[in-house]
Amino acid sequence: MEYQDFTQVHPIRKRIKGGRRGLLAIPQNAAKIVTVGLRIVANGIRWIGRQAVGVVRAVRDGDLPTRLSFLVMGAGVLLRGQLVRGLLYFVAQIAYIAYMVFFGWRYLQKIGTLGTVTQQQIFDEEQGIYIYQAGDNSMQILLFGVLTVLLTVLIVGLYFHSIRTSVRAERRLASGKPLATFREDLHSLVNERYHITLLTPPVLLVILFTVLPLVFMVLIAFTNFDKTHQPPGNLFTWVGFDNFINMLGGNAQLGYTFLNLLLWTLIWAVFATFSNYLFGTILALMINKKGIRFKKFWRTIFVVTIAVPQFVSLMLMSQLLAEEGAVNVLLRELGWITESIPFLTNGTLAKITVIVVNMWVGIPYTMLITSGILMNIPEDMYESARIDGAGPVTMFFRITLPYMLFVTTPYLITQFVNNINNFNVIFLLTRGGPLTLDYFKAGKTDLLVTWLYKQTVDEQNYNLAGVIGVLVFIVTAVCSLVVYNSSASAKKEEEFQ
Amino acid sequence: MMRSYRTRRRLGNAVIYLVLSTLALLWLLPIAYLILQSFRAEAGAYTPYLLPRSYTLQNYIDLFRDTSLFPYPRWFANTALVAVCSCALSTAMILMISYCFSRLRFPTRRPLMNVGLILGMFPGFMSMIAVYHLLKLVGLDQSLVALILVYSAASCLGYFIAKGFFDTLPRALDEAATIDGATRNDIFWKITLPMSGPIVVYTALTSLIAPFADFIFVSVIMKDNYENYTVALGLYQMISRENVYQYFTRFCAGAVLVALPVTVLFFALQRYYVEGVTGGAVKG
Repeated sequence: MEYQDFTQVHPIRKRIKGGRRGLLAIPQNAAKIVTVGLRIVANGIRWIGRQAVGVVRAVRDGDLPTRLSFLVMGAGVLLRGQLVRGLLYFVAQIAYIAYMVFFGWRYLQKIGTLGTVTQQQIFDEEQGIYIYQAGDNSMQILLFGVLTVLLTVLIVGLYFHSIRTSVRAERRLASGKPLATFREDLHSLVNERYHITLLTPPVLLVILFTVLPLVFMVLIAFTNFDKTHQPPGNLFTWVGFDNFINMLGGNAQLGYTFLNLLLWTLIWAVFATFSNYLFGTILALMINKKGIRFKKFWRTIFVVTIAVPQFVSLMLMSQLLAEEGAVNVLLRELGWITESIPFLTNGTLAKITVIVVNMWVGIPYTMLITSGILMNIPEDMYESARIDGAGPVTMFFRITLPYMLFVTTPYLITQFVNNINNFNVIFLLTRGGPLTLDYFKAGKTDLLVTWLYKQTVDEQNYNLAGVIGVLVFIVTAVCSLVVYNSSASAKKEEEFQ
Repeated sequence: MMRSYRTRRRLGNAVIYLVLSTLALLWLLPIAYLILQSFRAEAGAYTPYLLPRSYTLQNYIDLFRDTSLFPYPRWFANTALVAVCSCALSTAMILMISYCFSRLRFPTRRPLMNVGLILGMFPGFMSMIAVYHLLKLVGLDQSLVALILVYSAASCLGYFIAKGFFDTLPRALDEAATIDGATRNDIFWKITLPMSGPIVVYTALTSLIAPFADFIFVSVIMKDNYENYTVALGLYQMISRENVYQYFTRFCAGAVLVALPVTVLFFALQRYYVEGVTGGAVKG
């Protein structure tokens, strides 16, 4: 190989080389992901170990207030004069105990079986009618059980924290320094510990509305919570990996549906992402080309379609492309066809239609984003290419596209993930149809996520929905982590840290 | 030689103009169709001809007068209320998170960011059934407050673009301010925020538009509480199989009225939007 000094290579070619190397490194990166996962677990275990050591030490060496705070949270700092701080710990402890006694324990104790008492009809002598006697509600047991576990983890963390602060306060006093007053503690919340102030509200929201429901749904994947096991009338219980086995081929129809929908989801995501990207870039290039006038006018026309809410344009499109919709009417009037084209009702054609309509929706947006980046490509690259005799197509594939790909990798990954989960385009256009009996309650254009939606809302097979959700997560995680880790931007971010 | 180069370039430009005009037509026609249909006087979902035969304002009037089946004004007000509130809440949340992850260094930063990344990979509405029951527990199911909370919570994980923007702001300013005795809170309010116009507008705009576009959460949370629907779900009812014949033109009118404020807003703030997207979505 010809020797080339790497520092003399043009920055962009250097980047392209880096990108290629990143692609070649995918296997190593996959291994790296596993290592990182293991490291997180190891760190967690180490953290718990450290806490335990701290506790043992606190018991052995601590003074009375510190030892007291094993029983009463906050006693350690309270007795040393940090009144408000100590009281806050104490209130947290009381609140947790009250929660457990009046609410949490009732559900937590049954989480192993998810309830044993079925709702029953009994005859009420006084009123002379049958009434329902409430049994266990498996869903509430699971949901509130998870909530209780989460709260317990939080309180245990706080418990260790209270002991640690007590030990720290003890040491600080021993070395002759005064403890921070409550006012100083508050002040640190806008300075040294500003991140706590900033992150607490969003983290709470996310825990309540994302983490907790997600854990619940993942657990549901391991139960038989389907159409025939609906609380409060019926109980459901743990079934281990049965649902996963069924989904991955144990049940022939389910397995067939899953594989086909997975394949279509991936095809869809690839086409939807790259068609938008490619054509959006070309559109931006055309508008930005030197000598083209009314640039702002052209741009405005396409931006109008971003501003129209997506659901409006999608519902409109589904009407336009219907059997008797405007497009078919137009084509018939022009005399090009005699029979309506089944844009949305023929399996293969519907797949093509959704991809094309998605281009209509997405291209203007890509155009907007890429315009800005295109202007940053150094002009001299094009000039030297032109001198070497390169035509516009060569320049596009050799200069523009590689540069764009490098800069926008993170954007592409998010787009790809969004497309795997692109509910609106599919659902509002075809509702997943045309339906087919080969699939288990799904249509030809159903993505895994729209199938998930149908399983929850229409069919109430929550266990299947949970399984699909987990599998979609695995697919997205593998795709995006591999790409992200091999892209140059990720390496840079790590250098930056 | 010189002339041939010029003619070639002219020819090239002519082709581009042609392509651009065709594309512009393709992109504008559906919208023009929507507007025309909203003024159509004849009944029916589909007509065997393209342009309406006669025009009327009746579809728009009916939207506001004939509210027994489709309380459109109510839906519109719901959407506006939810949009404004969740916009305020989610913008605040996103700015807090992204500033924190971009500018502050603390031990749990990396793990938290990884957790956020992982959570973002689950299909967002996978958990909606659980969310519904949680909301029911506190008596918030089928209410607009629930919708505001759910939208704001969902937006928290989309902080990447704003973080990307904050990453590009010079750090030297922060350091200088710290030396002058400013707290991190002061820096956030007095230095970072004033420089972040585009990203604030971008974040606000996207979270303002989100309730207009969402369909899933609203359908799960509201169930059959018709009064509390937002326009997206409401309009969807109008073109369901049993309603589409009678209400298609009214659907078009309703859609135009939704698109109008969003479009105006979008154009007024377009400059910021573009700056926000290109500044934040793209880091070299």
